[in-house]
Amino acid sequence: MERTRLRRQVALTRQSLFDQGFLDEQFIQLEDLQDDANPNFVEEVVTLYYRDSARLITNIEKALEKNSLDFNKLDGFMHQFKGSSSSIGAKKVKAECTLFREYCRAGNGEGLPHLSVQGLNGFAWIHTSCRCTRTFQQIKKEYATLKRKLEAYFQVVRQAGPAETACWPK
Amino acid sequence: MLNLGYCKGSMSTASSGGVSDQFPAGLRVLVVDDDPTCLVILEKMLRICLYEVTKCNRAEIALSLLRENRNGYDIVISDVHMPDMDGFKLLELIGLEMDLPVIMMSADDGKNVVMKGVTHGACDYLIKPIRIEALKNIWQHVVRKKKKNEWKDLEQSGSVEEGGDRQQKQSEDADYSSSANEGSWKNSKRRKDEEEEVDERDDTSTLKKPRVVWSVELHQQFVAAVNQLGIDKAVPKKILELMNVPGLTRENVASHLQKYRLYLRRLSGVSQHQSGMGNSFISTQEATYGSLSSLNGLDLQTLAAASQIPAQSLATLQAAGLGRSTAKPRMPMPIVDQRNLFSFENPKLRFGEGQQQHLNNGKQINLLHGIPTTMEPKQLANMHHSAQSLGSMNMQLNAHGDQSGSLLMQMSQQQSRGQILNEATSSQVPRLPSSIGQPIVNNALASGVLARNGLAESGRGTGFNPVSQSSSTMNFPLNTTAELTATSFALGSAPGVPSLTSKGMFPEEISSEIKGPGGFIMPSYDIFSDLQHHRSHDWELQNAGMTFNGSQQSNSLQSNVDVASSVLAHQGFSSSQSNGQGRNISAVGKPMFSAGDATDHVNAQSLGQPLNNFFAENLVRVKTERVPDASLQTTLFNEQFGQEDLMSALLKQQQQQQAGIGPAENEFDFDGYSLDNIPV
Repeated sequence: MERTRLRRQVALTRQSLFDQGFLDEQFIQLEDLQDDANPNFVEEVVTLYYRDSARLITNIEKALEKNSLDFNKLDGFMHQFKGSSSSIGAKKVKAECTLFREYCRAGNGEGLPHLSVQGLNGFAWIHTSCRCTRTFQQIKKEYATLKRKLEAYFQVVRQAGPAETACWPK
Repeated sequence: MLNLGYCKGSMSTASSGGVSDQFPAGLRVLVVDDDPTCLVILEKMLRICLYEVTKCNRAEIALSLLRENRNGYDIVISDVHMPDMDGFKLLELIGLEMDLPVIMMSADDGKNVVMKGVTHGACDYLIKPIRIEALKNIWQHVVRKKKKNEWKDLEQSGSVEEGGDRQQKQSEDADYSSSANEGSWKNSKRRKDEEEEVDERDDTSTLKKPRVVWSVELHQQFVAAVNQLGIDKAVPKKILELMNVPGLTRENVASHLQKYRLYLRRLSGVSQHQSGMGNSFISTQEATYGSLSSLNGLDLQTLAAASQIPAQSLATLQAAGLGRSTAKPRMPMPIVDQRNLFSFENPKLRFGEGQQQHLNNGKQINLLHGIPTTMEPKQLANMHHSAQSLGSMNMQLNAHGDQSGSLLMQMSQQQSRGQILNEATSSQVPRLPSSIGQPIVNNALASGVLARNGLAESGRGTGFNPVSQSSSTMNFPLNTTAELTATSFALGSAPGVPSLTSKGMFPEEISSEIKGPGGFIMPSYDIFSDLQHHRSHDWELQNAGMTFNGSQQSNSLQSNVDVASSVLAHQGFSSSQSNGQGRNISAVGKPMFSAGDATDHVNAQSLGQPLNNFFAENLVRVKTERVPDASLQTTLFNEQFGQEDLMSALLKQQQQQQAGIGPAENEFDFDGYSLDNIPV
């Protein structure tokens, strides 16, 4: 009885993550990879993601603290971060990463044919820098929110027992 | 003969003939990604596909794994962005050292990056996040590669003497069989390469001697040496001297050079193909020409079948055009697009995308394949001789700047003769689309000469309503300085020649020696003619006179400006309508022959950005409706365009020479002279 209740809770929690746009279908890909050999594969990957991306977040933070933003470098970091985030299906984080990278490109003068790198005037440059910083705050927020949600979710999953994790309703 | 060892180990079940039930289980995959999350997910996915997975997070590690066990992997999957080594570099090295299929992957789905992957020889490009469905299919690349090599082996087992004919035949087949049969096309190309170097390859593939490990640094030294010497002049001994690496033997270098050449050819094969595809893309866009576009579908084969062109000519065409690898992808390209390529595609080809530059080296090799690099005028003439009966030629030559002028004169002369011959051949002159060369960016003084020639005519019926068009464009990107200050020449001409009455076109290109980082664009004097036959002789004289004018014009320009400028010459010709002698010649080309000549004058810093593309389009409409008797209206429109960007880039030189540029008020603008209403 308790088990059934937990299972239902797992299903509901999971569904809400999709419904609220935190996760996309890539997460289901991960779930499909879960098998007897790796019964906790999803959780392992998510843990790995949060461990590894902490390093990237720090790097980006440092790069953003500089007076003169190196948009190329920022774009490189964000590319990595976006790659990892998309691999686990972190939909919102990924979307913010995409936005960030667009600003990086704008900062580099790309996508704005009338502005060269040197020609980017002071205002536009500061504007772009601000947008980068602001977007990064948003990324961190989404990143933290997702972490909290997923942790809660995995906790319920663990309580519900291993059988539940092995066969998601497809 | 050559066993490249794909079928070793667990793959041995998938032997050459068929595929076992287990296949692709056990496919040995090497995954390289610096992102641990992606790596773990990929590994899991590949294992679920029952592949045998080796993962590593550094490109260098991957490379050493591959070197340690050359036959230990069937396929490599690599991330594009890695801290220690760019994924493309890894791709390049793998392509160079082992003939393994490599799949690139990245979260970056930008077209440029994907294109870069393809042009570097990646067999696939996966966008992250990777889905397992994509991985389930990767075994096909292994099979494809294996098949390719089997074919190659088969080819090599035949006698070399026979090989020549067979290869010729097969490459023709590849040309005609399908529009986008990349596989067969590339195969025939590969085979050709193999045959040429069959001896050497046998030596190197045995791997009995102690092998030198070509590290990234060593390879870069090697590439630097080759570039310094020029790929065609690079011989192992000289490379070895330049590299000056102790312990390295001439044989090591020779082997590596050979692989490098193969690699470059493979790359250029890909890029060639792309260009071809690009062209056809244009062609669909430009399908606004009504009846003409319906003729686009005609290819030479069809024409030959209809006996509109003598078989001999066709054969010559094949020999002259198709025999060269450059022409292959373009054969079906309709002539209508020549002009469009000139005005639109061309700048892009030259400076549009960074990858183009990257490819230039490879392209150059390929294009020059079989053509002497430093070409004497005589040689060129000889080559032309074979092509002249076609009136169409495809030539990419690499000549020194001061040589190119005379060469091109020859070219255009040959060409005009060809045109006449064509007309003599039949009343229905087939269109002979020629091809377009690729841009060359040379490091040093050698200049690339890009020739684009399109001559075509198409006739319908018995000529009472002939619709014809021909265009001939020549384009010369020249790079004259070591720091890659690009100088481009664009010679454009787009005459429209109603097929029955016209007596040829005479594009005369005069190019001058280039001094300094200047682009000099000379107009080519194309004359649109709508003449009766008996008038043609006079007309030719007229033409000669005009050409002379033109050359004077350009000479004076040169001396004034001292070529520290980029001059855009631009011509637009419309065709004409005339009602004469009961004929209704409607020249479709009226709005069509606005030849947009674009010139890029790009300094090294802006290289790769299509900043200075001018699409200048002038439309000169000539109507010759007034006299039923043949009359000629020729308009030469010669304009020079300067742009502020350009100006600023060249400010220094210009300041010195501002005094007397051109006969006009603005230093870079002078009104073209036009010759109107020349009765002939």
